[in-house]
Amino acid sequence: MARFAVLVFPGTNCEGDVLHAIEAVTGQPAELVWHKEGSLDGFDAAVVPGGFAHGDYLRAGGLARFSPVMEPLIQMAESGRAVVGICNGFQILQEAGLLPGAMLRNESLSYVCRDVRLRVEANSSPLTCGLAPGATLRMPVGHAEGNFRADDDVLEALEADEQVIFRYCDDGGEASDAANPNGSRNNIAGVRNARGNVAALMPHPDRAYEEALGGVDGCRLFESLHRFTES
Amino acid sequence: MKFRVRVLVRLRPSVYDPQGEAIRKAIAADPRLSAESVRQGKMFDLEVKAGSPSEAKARAEEIASRVLANPVLEDFSVQVLLD
Repeated sequence: MARFAVLVFPGTNCEGDVLHAIEAVTGQPAELVWHKEGSLDGFDAAVVPGGFAHGDYLRAGGLARFSPVMEPLIQMAESGRAVVGICNGFQILQEAGLLPGAMLRNESLSYVCRDVRLRVEANSSPLTCGLAPGATLRMPVGHAEGNFRADDDVLEALEADEQVIFRYCDDGGEASDAANPNGSRNNIAGVRNARGNVAALMPHPDRAYEEALGGVDGCRLFESLHRFTES
Repeated sequence: MKFRVRVLVRLRPSVYDPQGEAIRKAIAADPRLSAESVRQGKMFDLEVKAGSPSEAKARAEEIASRVLANPVLEDFSVQVLLD
């Protein structure tokens, strides 16, 4: 059995979706953990869901890293357990220094809310360990700041080390400009850390885990996360 | 002593600024106005307790680098306001 923590900051708004998705897809228990908690003992994995943590004041995810729960979250990452972020959770993990890069305002300046297609680039992460590189998945994005930026040398290192786990692609699997919803460098939609236990993506698997939501491809990510906790 | 310190945070020159570019286009839409380029940023005024202006500046620089600016995208400048 695996226990999943779903972190909740003031302004987080996807915790219910993530909690339900984990339980429905994996059959494992998940618990909401308020950002004031000082411990994540007993959890095998933590998910930082989407929303607007601390109102996204200062920068998207910029204030969340000062919440008390971040210290045990960083310890969890250092211990090798799975830590994953979705959307605002991705931004929070970047601000906390657990994942590389930063998110700039979308190139269009618009909040983008639509389905995208993702190509799996590497299966060396808690979100992709059950997936085949080259496979494509469809799920929605919903963000204003998802424009992935990193300096050239950082980007080169990420690519060389296969730390890019998802890229925006078209229906044919090509990572084209037209398929890029926000201007992200190299069409990057998701990355992992060097060790391979911290990963995040901007799209929402928690909005694509049953047919009633318009797609089930998000299930593959939660299945991967479950599988990672058992390895 | 309390010092007022102004911190300016801006995108690093190598980072494309979509908001600044949109503002530049809005300026260019008025035939009486034009700007070759626009870069937007943030301004913070802090009150800092310190023994001297240079100490106040050092304290504000630490706050700026730890909290106010994200070094992946931004850099900052700090000015002690003497009135």
